[in-house]
Amino acid sequence: MPTVKSLEDLKRIREEAMKKRDIKTTESRVQIVVGMGTPGIAAGARDTLKEFLNLIEEKNLTDVTVRQTGNFGLDSLEPVVQVIIDNAAPVTYGKVTPYAARQIMEQHILGGKVVEANVIPTEAK
Amino acid sequence: MKEIALHLIDLAENSVSANAKTIHIRVAEDFRTDQLSVSVEDDGKGMGEDTVKQLSDPFYTSRTTRNVGLGIPLLKEQAETCNGRMNISSKPGAGTKVEAFFQHSHIDRMPLGNLPSTFLTLEVAHPEIHWVFTYSYQPPFKGSPRIYEFDDQPVKETLDGLSLTHPDVITFLRSSLEEGIAEARK
Repeated sequence: MPTVKSLEDLKRIREEAMKKRDIKTTESRVQIVVGMGTPGIAAGARDTLKEFLNLIEEKNLTDVTVRQTGNFGLDSLEPVVQVIIDNAAPVTYGKVTPYAARQIMEQHILGGKVVEANVIPTEAK
Repeated sequence: MKEIALHLIDLAENSVSANAKTIHIRVAEDFRTDQLSVSVEDDGKGMGEDTVKQLSDPFYTSRTTRNVGLGIPLLKEQAETCNGRMNISSKPGAGTKVEAFFQHSHIDRMPLGNLPSTFLTLEVAHPEIHWVFTYSYQPPFKGSPRIYEFDDQPVKETLDGLSLTHPDVITFLRSSLEEGIAEARK
């Protein structure tokens, strides 16, 4: 990974992104929302969020944003992650370890196939 | 919580809930005084004296979804176990500062944890917040503290709407934080 540090480098990044039209709208195709309340953090939400960032870097994805939210109220299933693709209904995942994050990224976000093993059924919410 | 860094995220989330606009996180490792100190300071809505007192009570929380708030009492206990202390200063309307001090070499002290990853997580998780991260490292025998500060305002101005989770921006933030902190520790 090349080293970039100064604001000049950041300007260049922005210009490149403009050229490639990465800034088309404020809406991204995919939104990943990680629950970062106290139980989420204690269960490893930081490492989960970090893994999503690593994957965005690794796979060079320009249409994915990662955000956080407070408690989902599903403490025993933390870390909890919601994936929203285009206008589809959000899919809520539980016990999302960094390993599960990679599966969600590769199978669901890139492959279009929900990772059933980690899905929290609607009635549990 | 297995790391002090995770407590910092927890405290910062409290600041976000208190409608902070600017959050300043400081971490200082001082090997001359054998002290590790961390603090989270915000310009949120602040608290009155009574609320501050209640904060170290494990059964107090402002949240309504669940009745147990453990973040602050746990941090306080951890600090006190390590010959340290926790301090909260707050005023309604004037923000809150939570500080915790630990004997650096104490056998029971939790590891500090991964700071670059912690700061990066907060940065992208709350793009609406103005973040300032300060890391200072005081070596044991000689010299003055080496300080690394990351203020995200110039970064956001330069980005001018480009997402913080754009892959090249993540690379920029990650390497800035990793190298800045590693440099201070050299």
